[in-house]
Amino acid sequence: MGRYIVQRFLWMFIVLFVISMITFAMMHAVPGGPFTQEKALPPEIIANLEKRYHLNEPYWKQYLLYIDNVMVPHISKDAAPEMVDEALVEISLPGGNYLRWINFGPSYSSRSRTVNDIFREQLPVSIQLGVISMVVAITIGLPLGVISALKQNTIWDFLGMSVAIFGVSMPVVAMGPILIWIFGVALKWLPPTGWGAKPPFTLFFIPNTLGSWDFWKHTLMPAFAVGTGYSAIIARLTRASLLQVIHEDYIRTARAKGLSERIVTTRHALRNALIPVVTILGPMFAGVLTGLFVVEQVFGIPGMGKYFITSITNRDYPVIMGAILMYAFFLVISNVFVDITYAWLDPRIRYD
Amino acid sequence: MTNLLEVRGLKTQFFTQNGIVRAVNGISYTLKEGECLGIVGESGSGKSVNVLSLMRLIPTPPGKIVGGEVLFKGEDLMLLPMDEMRRIRGAEIAMIFQEPMTSLNPVLTIGFQVEEALKLHKGMDSKAARERTAELLTLVGIPNAIERLDDYPHQFSGGMRQRVMIAMGLSCDPALLIADEPTTALDVTIQAQIVDLVKELRKKLGMAVIWITHDLGVIAGLAERVIVMYGGYIMEEALVKELYARPRHPYTIGLLGSLPRLDAGEGAKLTSVRGQPPNLVNLPDGCPFAPRCDFVGERCTQKMPPLEEIGPGHRVACWEKEKTEGMKPHAR
Ligand SMILES: Nc1ncnc2c1ncn2[C@@H]1O[C@H](COP(=O)(O)OP(=O)(O)OP(=O)(O)O)[C@@H](O)[C@H]1O
Ligand SMILES: [Mg+2]
Repeated sequence: MGRYIVQRFLWMFIVLFVISMITFAMMHAVPGGPFTQEKALPPEIIANLEKRYHLNEPYWKQYLLYIDNVMVPHISKDAAPEMVDEALVEISLPGGNYLRWINFGPSYSSRSRTVNDIFREQLPVSIQLGVISMVVAITIGLPLGVISALKQNTIWDFLGMSVAIFGVSMPVVAMGPILIWIFGVALKWLPPTGWGAKPPFTLFFIPNTLGSWDFWKHTLMPAFAVGTGYSAIIARLTRASLLQVIHEDYIRTARAKGLSERIVTTRHALRNALIPVVTILGPMFAGVLTGLFVVEQVFGIPGMGKYFITSITNRDYPVIMGAILMYAFFLVISNVFVDITYAWLDPRIRYD
Repeated sequence: MTNLLEVRGLKTQFFTQNGIVRAVNGISYTLKEGECLGIVGESGSGKSVNVLSLMRLIPTPPGKIVGGEVLFKGEDLMLLPMDEMRRIRGAEIAMIFQEPMTSLNPVLTIGFQVEEALKLHKGMDSKAARERTAELLTLVGIPNAIERLDDYPHQFSGGMRQRVMIAMGLSCDPALLIADEPTTALDVTIQAQIVDLVKELRKKLGMAVIWITHDLGVIAGLAERVIVMYGGYIMEEALVKELYARPRHPYTIGLLGSLPRLDAGEGAKLTSVRGQPPNLVNLPDGCPFAPRCDFVGERCTQKMPPLEEIGPGHRVACWEKEKTEGMKPHAR
């Protein structure tokens, strides 16, 4: 298992390399550039800006420069480097030297910030929302699917699946404002917008207000708005999977042993039925994370979504690269996590 | 000797989109304590549905036990509340299934799956159940049983899995063990081992056995009495020796004719029952074997013949049974 995980991480580097190349190529293939604006800037200024960000260099050199900045640790003397050189990891070495590593570069459109700033301040908020949305999706979806399957073709099944269909067909743009209107405006139970956690975060993304109502009162509505749609997918898959498992021979064996229906379901059927459900959780988490833009807009959450979307329209190359690599990184991580869960659920799967 | 099991007019049907499947059509038979009863019949004749009905393990829907009584130790199982039925399953009546490859839960260890029944019915704690499980697995011939308790089913071969199933079935000292074609999915040498194992365990533990098969050869050395099923009916019932010596139902004669015999001599031809098994949806009135029968008469297509006693313990359901008197199966 340990070896497998190491292997997966090595693979991840290769995958991220390939993704970075493809993204870089596609990004530059699209017409327009970061400084192309409706009101054209004077050519001298553009030339200056391009020089500053090395955009006048040949593409291969720009790419290598980028990889060098992100991947290769640099040691330098000065304590307060210019902002373009700001790094995610900064360790002071003896003799007044600094080791700097992982520099995703500046943001072209918001000049006062770097991509690392966005990763430190916005990305964690999106991850918090994404994780909580997934938890909501699972806690609603799993029981709903199990009940529907066990009470197949009864009113419960019908109700459960109606909720599921409602969940899938209700987009966040509709669900969000409805929730805001009910709980934020009419009942005044929850604040309609905002977020209850500020940087710095523990371990990159854990909010320091995690234990307080201040955090959760901002989280419930958006997480619910995102989670219900995904819970519907989980519910339907759980139902289908459990209905299939319940007809397996080993379930009959379990019943022939004299076990109660409750134990047959929880101990013998559910674990088998969860195997396909777990498989989709990895890609689903990636989908949740990259799709947070809308909900972040609706609820005024200072997440990553806005930066990602506007970076593309603004041709803000470093933000595009950084965001896509980060999303890819989380996709791979969540798939490794899924593989580990998978092996834990199904003893036939062994990675060695 | 008292009857351990008395089945009266058992009738089970499946209500499917294509119509009602009449899988078991009002069959009656008995089983004495410690006796071994064989049930034979070709695929689809209702053997599995018959025994699953006894355990009330018919998937509902689409299946339903529409009539009959199953007296086990004098108590009608069909009338028991479900929680009392569960106390009988696994403890008093245990079952081994046709498909060893899929009958064990792939995500639970062998040990756990056997222990489960012990904890449930015998109230053993984990430690005692584990020890007993190791004993049982040794008893059914699994080498290094203690080391294999934490293995998963996929680490066992088909024959080994069937041994585990047998251990599971024996775990709570049942009065009746139902083995539904336990060897069909296994290769011939393993088949013989499993048959020998059950024979030996029966001698040791003295439980009654219902052994289902479509192989008359297996039954000969194992069972005392045989029931021949066809189209959801019992066609013939007799002591094993009697059935081999004086089969009376045309279907039984056909079945025995398709069995290789050592004493048949050179040049004797194997025959098989001609035609196709019946479609149990829209089963016609009359005997379901009539379309394939060499002795078919007037009444056969109109009414199902009753199962009538023609000798001590020998019952046949056939209108034309006079015609088959004195027939030898391989003399066709
Ligand atoms: N779940 C079910 N739904 C519909 N029909 C069923 C179901 N189970 C069994 N049947 C039907 O009942 C009839 C008897 O089946 P059964 O399994 O008892 O046959 P069998 O004698 O055990 O055959 P085999 O030797 O192949 O095991 C068959 O026609 C089968 O199609
Ligand atoms: Mg069968």
